[in-house]
Amino acid sequence: MTLQHIAQLLNARVVARPDKLYREVTYAFASDLMSDVLTVESRKIILITGLANIQAVRTAEMSDVSCIILVRNKKATSEMIRLAEESAIVIMEFEGSMFKASGILYNAGIQPIY
Amino acid sequence: MKLRFHVEGGDFSNAGAASSEVKKLLKQINVPSEIVKRIVVALYEAEVNIVAHAYEGDIEVDIQADRIDALLSDRGPGIADIELAMQEGYSTASPKVREMGFGAGMGLPNIRKNTDVLNIESTPGKGTNVSFTVFFQTKS
Repeated sequence: MTLQHIAQLLNARVVARPDKLYREVTYAFASDLMSDVLTVESRKIILITGLANIQAVRTAEMSDVSCIILVRNKKATSEMIRLAEESAIVIMEFEGSMFKASGILYNAGIQPIY
Repeated sequence: MKLRFHVEGGDFSNAGAASSEVKKLLKQINVPSEIVKRIVVALYEAEVNIVAHAYEGDIEVDIQADRIDALLSDRGPGIADIELAMQEGYSTASPKVREMGFGAGMGLPNIRKNTDVLNIESTPGKGTNVSFTVFFQTKS
């Protein structure tokens, strides 16, 4: 599924790297704990998180996560957007909860890792 | 190729900057991406540990033809019981560190999982040295 399709399903606002929405992803991982994210070995993965700070972007960069979905209407800080632009990571903001984002994407065929 | 970085304790805005530089370099010299990921995850966890627990620290990275050697030395409270600190779930992190998405007691186990050689030496009240090696060829 493309990130474009994901943005449409969630009616999410894309705030960083809208030029990368053509990327294909297969898996999602939902966590606020970045050490947990760093254990994930899969590729083509998105991160669903309520952690709206710079470490979410750094963790995505280290883990080869191509897109971060911020839930509960959390806003990406300017620091986050700057780093995401530099590291070519897409950031989306979603109004609903982590559970809702996960449910919508699972239903649409995005797979869990474990 | 040797690289050196200075890390300030508590500076979460820049935590990961050194690991990010190393990642860019490893990609440039065409280290396989799954190996790059192991290296940068270990390095990033260790870098975050300095920011989270120490007053300051230095990272020295030596990239050779077949491997990377990293040494992270900090001035800080040290680790009283390294074996305990290596246990998943054990943490002395502050609420501030937890707000940043870390401090769940997974850092050192994550570092061990992603490295081929790991040494941790610590003197309580002085600081901690973490050194590790990751080989570029996966062992069969």
